[in-house]
Amino acid sequence: MSTLSYAVSDSATMLRRSLRHMLRYLSLTLFVIGIPVIFLLLFVYVFGGTLGAGLGGPSGGRAAYVNYVVPGILLLTVAGAVQGTAISVAMDMTEGIIARFRTMAISRAAVLTGHVLASMIQTMLSLAVVIAVALLIGFRPTASPVAWIAALGVLMMIAFALIWLSVALGLVAKSVETASNTPMFLMLLPFFGSGFVPTDSLPAGLRQFAEYQPFTLVTETLRGLLLGTPIGNSAYSAIAWCGAIALVGYLWARALFNRDPVR
Amino acid sequence: MTTTPSQLAISARGLRKAFGDQIVLDGIDLNVPEGTIFSLLGPNGAGKTTMIQILSTLIAADDGEARVAGHDLARDPDAVRAAIGVTGQFSAVDNLLTGEENLILMADLHHLGRREGRHRAAALLDRFDLVEATKKTPATYSGGMRRRLDLAMTLVGDPRIIFLDEPTAGLDPRSRHTMWQIIRDLVAGGITIFLTTQYLDEADRLADRIAVLDHGKLVAEGTADELKRRVPGGHIRLQFADTAGLESAARAFGEGSRDDDALTLQVPSDGGVRSLRALLDRLDDESIAVDGLSVHTPDLDDVFFALTGHPNTEKGSVR
Repeated sequence: MSTLSYAVSDSATMLRRSLRHMLRYLSLTLFVIGIPVIFLLLFVYVFGGTLGAGLGGPSGGRAAYVNYVVPGILLLTVAGAVQGTAISVAMDMTEGIIARFRTMAISRAAVLTGHVLASMIQTMLSLAVVIAVALLIGFRPTASPVAWIAALGVLMMIAFALIWLSVALGLVAKSVETASNTPMFLMLLPFFGSGFVPTDSLPAGLRQFAEYQPFTLVTETLRGLLLGTPIGNSAYSAIAWCGAIALVGYLWARALFNRDPVR
Repeated sequence: MTTTPSQLAISARGLRKAFGDQIVLDGIDLNVPEGTIFSLLGPNGAGKTTMIQILSTLIAADDGEARVAGHDLARDPDAVRAAIGVTGQFSAVDNLLTGEENLILMADLHHLGRREGRHRAAALLDRFDLVEATKKTPATYSGGMRRRLDLAMTLVGDPRIIFLDEPTAGLDPRSRHTMWQIIRDLVAGGITIFLTTQYLDEADRLADRIAVLDHGKLVAEGTADELKRRVPGGHIRLQFADTAGLESAARAFGEGSRDDDALTLQVPSDGGVRSLRALLDRLDDESIAVDGLSVHTPDLDDVFFALTGHPNTEKGSVR
C-alpha cells in the first residue's frame, strides 16, 4: 500500500542526514571542492602556456588551453567528489547506527539512496564552483542554452554512474582508509585520456587505451557541447558506458549492503 | 515452564548459528514472557551478541525458529522490526548529529510527523537527563550520556520489546545504577527486556529469569535464586573469641575449613533456616561460645563455576 511512499520518505530522511554530515564534516566537503579548483589553476597557470602552444590552434597559448582543459577538470571534479562518497559510505558502515537502521522497519534501500542523492547534490555544487572559477579565469564556452543543459545532463549522468560505483567501493572497503584510496584510479583516468592533452600526442598503446576509455568519450562529448568541437559517436558511447557503470555499481552496492553484516 | 504461548514476547526453538566452522550457537531454546526482564548471562565469546543479532533480525539463524512479538523471524522480519528496539554494545548513535537531531532522525524513520517527532525528542532528552546534549554531537559526551542517548533513540518508536546488549559495559558505577533504574522503569511500563550481560550481579539485580550461555549452549535457566540453589558452596561462618572455642567447634563439626589465624570455622550449609537451627542447637548442646556468625549463600560466580566447570573469566573479545 504505502510501501512506496515510506520508501520515498525514508530516503528523504536519509538524504537530510547525509547533507547534515557534509556540513558537519566540512573539511571533507571543502577538500572535495577545493582539489579540482587547485588542479584547474595549476593546469592553466603553470602548464597552460606550454601545453596551449602545443595545441596548435590559431590563437594558441594559455587562453586556448583554458577552453581545452575545462571539460577534463570537470571530470576530475566528479572523480574527486565520488571519492568523498566512498569515504562517507565506509565511515557510515563502521558506525553502529547502520546496525540500528537494519533492525528498524524502514526501507532498506533508503540508506544508500540517501548517500547517492546527497553525493549528487555535493557533486553538482562542486561543479558549479569549478565552472564559476573557470569562467573567471577566461573559460569562454560557445554553447547555446540547450547545449548547456545537455552538458549538464552528461555531467549528471557520469556523476550518477561513478557515485554508485563509489558506494560499492565504500561498502567493500574494510576500512575508511581503504575506501579513500580505492577510488583514486578514477582521478587518474582523465589524465590517461583527452582531458588534458589531445590523444594524438600519446604513444601508440596508450593512445588506443585513451581513445576508448569512458572518460575520453565523456570529455569529448562535453567539449563538443560546450565549445562546438566535433562529437562524433562519443555521445552514444558515453551514454552506454555510464549506463553500464551505473548498473554494475548499483547491483554491486545492493548485494554488498544486503549481505550478512556480521561475517 | 507453564507460560502459555500467547503471553510470550520471545520464543526460540533450536536456534543454531555458525561462522565458518566455528559454532557460535548450538541449539538454543528459550521463552520470555511479556513484561519481564530476561537475562542472557555468559562470558565474552559465549554467543550472547549473536543471539541478540538473530532475535533482532540483523542476521539470520542457520537453523531453528523463533517468534518475536508474535511474528516469525524468518517469515515476517519487518513486523518484528516494528515491535522491537535494540541498543547494542557498541553505541548506535550518529556521531555527526546532535542529540536532538539523532532523536528526530529516529522519529522521522518511524514516520511520526514533524510536530510529534520534536515533542517526543524533547521529552526523551528531558527524561534521560540529556538536555545538555540537545545541541551537542556525541563526540563530547561521557560514556553514560552516549548510552542513554542510544537507549532514548531506541525508545522513540515505542517498542514493546527491547534488546539490550551489555547495556552497562564500560560504564562507571553511578552510570550503571542510573541505567539499571531506567531498565526497571521500562519494565514497570509493560515493556519486555532481553538483556545480555557478563556481570553476574547485574543479572541478579535486574532479571526475572536468567539463562546461562556457555560455548553456544544454554547450561541453565531459572530465577537467580533457583540457580543459586542448584549449586553447593553455601556455608555458615563461625567466629570465635579464642582458640579453645575454635578447637571444640572443630571437634563437633569436623575440621572442614578452619582458619586458626582468624579464629573462624566454615560449616557447610544450604543457608536454610532448618540447617541454621540445627547448627545453633548443636552449639548449645556442646556449650561452645561463638563470637559471631554469618550465613553465606552461593553467588552467581559460584553458579557459573559449578555449571560450566570453569570460572567466568574474560576471554578474548569476540564481537
